[in-house]
Amino acid sequence: MKALLVGEYREGNLLDTTYELFGFADQLGAETALLLVGSDSRLPAWVGTLYLADAAQYGEYNPELHTQLVLEAVARESADCVVFLHSSYGWDLAPRVAAGLKAAQVSEIIGIREEGFEVGCCNGKMRRTVKPATPSCVLTIQAGAFPQLQPGGSPTIIRMETAGSSSLEFMGYEPAEAKELNLTRAEVIVTAGRGIGKKENVPLIAALAKALGGELGASRPVVDAGWVPHGHQVGTTGQSVSPKLYVACGVSGAIQHLAGMKKSEFILAINKDKEAPIGEVADLLVVADLLQFVPALTARLAK
Amino acid sequence: MKILVCIKQVPDLESRFKPNGSKLWYDEADLAFRMNEYDEYAVEQAVRLREQLGDAADVTVLSIGPDRVGEALKKAMAMGCDRAVHIADPDALLRDPWQIASIIASFAGGRGFDLIFTGMQSQDRGSAQVGVLVAELLGISCSTTLVGFACDGEYVIAKRELEGGIKGVVKLRLPALVTCQLGLNVPRYPTLPNIMKAKRKELLVIPVAELLATGPVAATVSFHPPMRKGSGMVLEGDVSTLVEQVIGILKEKTAVLR
Ligand SMILES: Cc1cc2nc3c(=O)[nH]c(=O)nc-3n(C[C@H](O)[C@H](O)[C@H](O)COP(=O)(O)OP(=O)(O)OC[C@H]3O[C@@H](n4cnc5c(N)ncnc54)[C@H](O)[C@@H]3O)c2cc1C
Ligand SMILES: Nc1ncnc2c1ncn2[C@@H]1O[C@H](COP(=O)(O)O)[C@@H](O)[C@H]1O
Repeated sequence: MKALLVGEYREGNLLDTTYELFGFADQLGAETALLLVGSDSRLPAWVGTLYLADAAQYGEYNPELHTQLVLEAVARESADCVVFLHSSYGWDLAPRVAAGLKAAQVSEIIGIREEGFEVGCCNGKMRRTVKPATPSCVLTIQAGAFPQLQPGGSPTIIRMETAGSSSLEFMGYEPAEAKELNLTRAEVIVTAGRGIGKKENVPLIAALAKALGGELGASRPVVDAGWVPHGHQVGTTGQSVSPKLYVACGVSGAIQHLAGMKKSEFILAINKDKEAPIGEVADLLVVADLLQFVPALTARLAK
Repeated sequence: MKILVCIKQVPDLESRFKPNGSKLWYDEADLAFRMNEYDEYAVEQAVRLREQLGDAADVTVLSIGPDRVGEALKKAMAMGCDRAVHIADPDALLRDPWQIASIIASFAGGRGFDLIFTGMQSQDRGSAQVGVLVAELLGISCSTTLVGFACDGEYVIAKRELEGGIKGVVKLRLPALVTCQLGLNVPRYPTLPNIMKAKRKELLVIPVAELLATGPVAATVSFHPPMRKGSGMVLEGDVSTLVEQVIGILKEKTAVLR
């Protein structure tokens, strides 16, 4: 089995997450080659064939040209599968490559089974095993699901070029909103999830945070709805935290939220749904209506 | 300007999921269905663009699925879409993204849509493939994960959300397809008069057999709950007992309570 891995490069840097692709290929037992639209000054530490295209010429985000480059490398390498991270770069590019190869795509893989690839579904509550039925396939792997494998050494470079114009133009990056609040230093974080129901219930969660001497956190829908400012958001598009105590109130435990808090020392989850995926990382899951339990806990702490 | 929005109906995700008879997907009995959350943002953005352009624009909302998807289509029309297309397919839930995309592309092909909106992913299947595949099949420009959108009738300026909250700004030439991320806008609630108005809007039903020409390219071989690796404790019971238990555990296991 030959895998063409597609690395990631942003704002002039090779992203470390690229090494997760090697971790996956290792578990798959595949021979690897890597394609990167990047630069000579930021090469991955690994011995093998690197198909390198210049980001200065092809852009850091230009899916039409990048698809051409990937397809070209697949042909030269006779790869059986093309592997991306399931990231803003990967999920944008992978289906284009799949369409170009007329190949099946399996998205957001979390494990490898004998019968196929394991993926999450139903917001992380269930799993599916999926098997591609085409001669070659396109795979995206969940961020953080496979260990970063940094083999060391330096690659053999094959320079890639492609002609052609594009119907889309990359205009530049916009920085993330300034984080007026640094959650990473908090020892205790009490997070409001969508399960709080409405904005008027935010003070209930803030009061528990105060009683525990901690900060208020929030899941994304709570921020998107304007109930809590963005500086409080925990997760892949918010902050990554690892406090001594993390209290998740009405948070289901979607992967993008877990990625930002699963390293906390002790996780207490309050959820009325015993099956909520937050239970997989929680040290303690309290199955209760948070509207009753949270104020009662706050009152008891005040005693 | 002709606009198409693709919506999927998905189960309420707070439900319990049990495998169905085939053991390859969930059992639909006892599940309540609603519009995929990401698609609500897509509908809202399409309707806003329609409001911006006035009668020069026309918004079609499309869904593939069994009879129940009529409800989601009516909601989208009550939010402001002009007309709906229901591609009637009792087996839609079992189809792979490739087939769903092919059905949408064979409907859209030749109908001259300038702009297509989809969600970035469906909440139940979550493949994040259908939108991009449709664009590829139609050979039009595409960008994903939008948290910002502007359109002047010729170009779209899209803000893509990247990891860590940075954004990438992209300019696309129409015709184009964009996939919508959470937080792109604030989807409206349909008002009662608009719900009444929606009842008189056109809802075209097309049997899937007229549009489906390809078999699946991937197969689901099993559907199951996750293996619980968490060694965590689970507590249930009445609130006052729970509070005492939790205080006890926090005192014992963490350094934050004394
Ligand atoms: C690219 C991308 C990036 C993302 N980035 C982030 C991110 O950084 N952070 C983030 O949080 N999300 C992020 N998300 C969104 C994520 O996928 C989920 O949609 C989100 O985390 C869900 O938030 P939630 O758990 O608060 O809401 P829900 O999933 O709606 O869960 C609500 C929970 O509350 C429980 N509940 C309801 N009522 C009560 C009650 N009365 N008492 C107790 N429990 C109750 C329910 O059982 C349920 O489990 C991202 C998504 C994508 C696609
Ligand atoms: N059955 C369907 N009918 C209409 N649109 C769909 C359907 N399934 C998926 N889509 C669209 O494709 C997007 C991505 O879905 P997916 O690839 O399944 O994650 C969704 O947000 C919808 O906009």
